[in-house]
Amino acid sequence: MRPTAAGIGLKAQHVREVLDTRVELAFFEVHAENYMVPGGPFPAHLARIRERYALSLHGVGLSIGAEGPLDRRHLDRLADLIGHFEPELFSEHLAWSSHAGVYYNDLLPIPYDQATLRRVCVHVDQVQQHLRRRILLENPSTYVEFDASTIDEAQFLGEVVRRTGCGLLLDVNNAYVSAVNHGRDAAAFIASLPLQAVGEIHLAGFAEDRDAAGDRLLIDAHGTPVDAAVWALYEHTLRLVGPTPTLIERDADVPPLAVLCAEAHRAARALAAAAAANPEAVS
Amino acid sequence: MNATARAQTQQAFARALLDPTQPCPTGLRAWNGSDPSRRFAVYRNNVVTSLVDALAESFPVVRELVGSGFFAAMARVYATRHPPTDPVLARYGGDFPEFIEQFEPAQRVPYLTDVARLERLRVLAFHAADAPALSAAQIGRHLSAPQGLGASMPSLHPSVAVLASAYAVVSLWGAHQGAGGLSRVDAMHPECALVLRQDDEVLVIGIAPETAAFVRQLQGGATLAEAVSAAAAFGGGFDLSGSLALLIRHGAIVAWHAAWRPEP
Repeated sequence: MRPTAAGIGLKAQHVREVLDTRVELAFFEVHAENYMVPGGPFPAHLARIRERYALSLHGVGLSIGAEGPLDRRHLDRLADLIGHFEPELFSEHLAWSSHAGVYYNDLLPIPYDQATLRRVCVHVDQVQQHLRRRILLENPSTYVEFDASTIDEAQFLGEVVRRTGCGLLLDVNNAYVSAVNHGRDAAAFIASLPLQAVGEIHLAGFAEDRDAAGDRLLIDAHGTPVDAAVWALYEHTLRLVGPTPTLIERDADVPPLAVLCAEAHRAARALAAAAAANPEAVS
Repeated sequence: MNATARAQTQQAFARALLDPTQPCPTGLRAWNGSDPSRRFAVYRNNVVTSLVDALAESFPVVRELVGSGFFAAMARVYATRHPPTDPVLARYGGDFPEFIEQFEPAQRVPYLTDVARLERLRVLAFHAADAPALSAAQIGRHLSAPQGLGASMPSLHPSVAVLASAYAVVSLWGAHQGAGGLSRVDAMHPECALVLRQDDEVLVIGIAPETAAFVRQLQGGATLAEAVSAAAAFGGGFDLSGSLALLIRHGAIVAWHAAWRPEP
């Protein structure tokens, strides 16, 4: 995938229009779990879209941060999907979503301590060995912190990258949401990541709430356009990492395809500017 | 923190997600020293709301029949008692109809369980395995060779399902697709539904009980003769050619195995 590629998350309600109009986008991203079905329109349409566009497969159910072992059956299904659709990118989250056989359908937080770091690295190693490819690990949006944490999130991610050789999916919205939620500086967080490992960037919109003290509490809701503060942080990030494939995510209150394409085209312009400023990064 | 303590942390976190009577897990903090339970509530809300939304997507007519407020309350109880065990949410809600059947406040809508069963069959049909339909010519060859026809076995598309209901499930469902008003439906009239996927679309077709029995037999691997006699047992004049024509028209016959003959 070209470093200047801009894409959007594929939504079922847009598939027909995408196939009929061949919208100008560099790639689509899909949630892996939506395609783990025996047959029908979902995999059939994705196969046709795959013929025309680059593809990023994004897992939400592997539960890499879980205390228990990885679900072998789920890993097998992922390997099958990757073998079938041959996506350019595969990513998962630094989070857990399953415990004791129950799937919670949310990306839940982990303490950043040495024992958790070792466990996450074992899981990332297992995933990369099973899938026989490098995965990208996404920084989370979080709403609480743990007393047990002994290192910060950027250090934790840096160590996972160093020990496992995985890449990063830098979600700039998550970086902003978590920084606001924990009273930190988002730009400083990004600057302290192992930026050479960033293989993809996510942009999305957040919802806004207040915590018990009345301070801003941002929710990673994916139901609104990318916020102006996140666009600014994104442009700042591109100056540090150079052009990197960028995805617009929208999972709630999904607008017409053209609205999402317009956001992707805005990212494409920022990527082109970053490429012009740093021509070596594109070659 | 040792491994056991950490396991208890995720255990406590997990338990409190689905049980609002549980306190916020210990060991959480906020940068400004505020009460973390308000922040933990975001996770609680994400989990339950996303599961309610997943059920609403799979059971849209059930939701319309009872209203979005009632549906959300009912789905919330289901989600906390029967959370998913698999990250593939297309599979979630398999026993939601049976839950509705036992859910006391839903008893005033007696046909709700069967409408839920129909919507569940539609989800399964949507995601069922692909299989190309036999052509009319291929089917014609079997039908024009009466020898062994009764012992032959037509096999049906993986998306095919039937539902026999004491209520007017097909009409009730149809009334929520912009096809006729709900006021004209006599909900207490028994109906049978044939569910199948054709050209990427899941169809719900009203069929006679004899045809429903015939389809069920074929799904169970019966021979044509066995399926016909099971359908005829209803006594209501089973229409074999009409039933076959319906299946053929909707691309529902994907193989036709010749009569099995023992080795000489």
